[in-house]
Amino acid sequence: MEPEKAAEKIRQAAKKLLEEKKVDVVVGYAKGTVPMRDRPYFANTPEECANLTWSSFCCNNLASLLIGRKGKIGIVAQGCVSRNLAGLIQENQFKREDLYIIGVVSPGMVDRRKVQARFSGKVITEVAEDGEDLVVKGRGFEERVPKKEVKRDNCYTCMHRNPVIFDEMIGEKETDSFGGELDKVAAPWEKLTADERYREFKDTLKDCIRCYACRDACPLCYCHVCFVDETQPQWCGKTQDEADVETFHLLRAFHCAGRCTDCGACESACPQGIKMRRLTTKIEKDIRQMYGYEPGMNPEATPPMSVYRPNDPQDFIL
Amino acid sequence: MFARRRFAVLKNLLEYAGLEPGRLHFSWISSAEAEKFQKTASRVIEEVRKLGPAKFVIKDLRKVA
Repeated sequence: MEPEKAAEKIRQAAKKLLEEKKVDVVVGYAKGTVPMRDRPYFANTPEECANLTWSSFCCNNLASLLIGRKGKIGIVAQGCVSRNLAGLIQENQFKREDLYIIGVVSPGMVDRRKVQARFSGKVITEVAEDGEDLVVKGRGFEERVPKKEVKRDNCYTCMHRNPVIFDEMIGEKETDSFGGELDKVAAPWEKLTADERYREFKDTLKDCIRCYACRDACPLCYCHVCFVDETQPQWCGKTQDEADVETFHLLRAFHCAGRCTDCGACESACPQGIKMRRLTTKIEKDIRQMYGYEPGMNPEATPPMSVYRPNDPQDFIL
Repeated sequence: MFARRRFAVLKNLLEYAGLEPGRLHFSWISSAEAEKFQKTASRVIEEVRKLGPAKFVIKDLRKVA
């Protein structure tokens, strides 16, 4: 379904929910103040639902905004968001019956950096969607860019575009994947030697400014005090020294083990364009191959890191 | 047994990020297995010595204010 049409249906569905008082708030997306940056939006009244939108620029993961909220919540969820909702239900962060999930098929989100890279040195003032293309406008130029060339990396290899859990579906379900093969791109450094891998690892993180946008955007990061903010004991140095930066990223990735749905919110949130999925996809692949588990597919399942099987791999143990 | 899963994932992650294989070791040793402890410790020391000084995620305090 065209994002424009889906947006209209989302607005109608959200309005109906609020009018019938089935939910206290509907969490969705609204148009951002700059092009290609649609933002999370909380519609508290039926009138506010007019601001809701749906497009290829909805890069935030809305599941992260429900942590700690009380009452009945309506939420717009594409594949990855629904999987994170399932994961958070699994982790007792909220109850399934407190949610009303408006499911929508993900069109595959656009990476604004890939679009900007095609217009080097120019200011993009407006980007509209027209069928399979984006229409990019700025002072003195207007060009069409095929959407499929500028999607986010994780959206090319998405295996679950359709929501996994939902109460109401906007439009029909579509194919679950875009045809990209996750195993071919996950864990890109596996074939390198240890020295080369360390070089790649350092190179990937060298621009990190420790702003923690990746953590804040992540629906899995909801600890009251994050390990990087603790001072007694101080687990991780607070400087921008490469060892501190690397420690932070290793631990951040490890904390997502068996939980990460590869939604790409971290990479979209990063102001420095750091590709932290190079780390998280490795863990995701390991969990899939060693324990046959795919996060967020079933709110009833037991998380893979809190269970064991007698025959789990253990050839690394002396 | 829970730890086994977490260690498996952690070891893979660290080695994927560039830690040399042979630097990180895990073993099950009961408090009643003194000899196993002694042998394992010696083996770990020997293997780590072969690799030389650590190169992975080193913080030089002289460079950090």
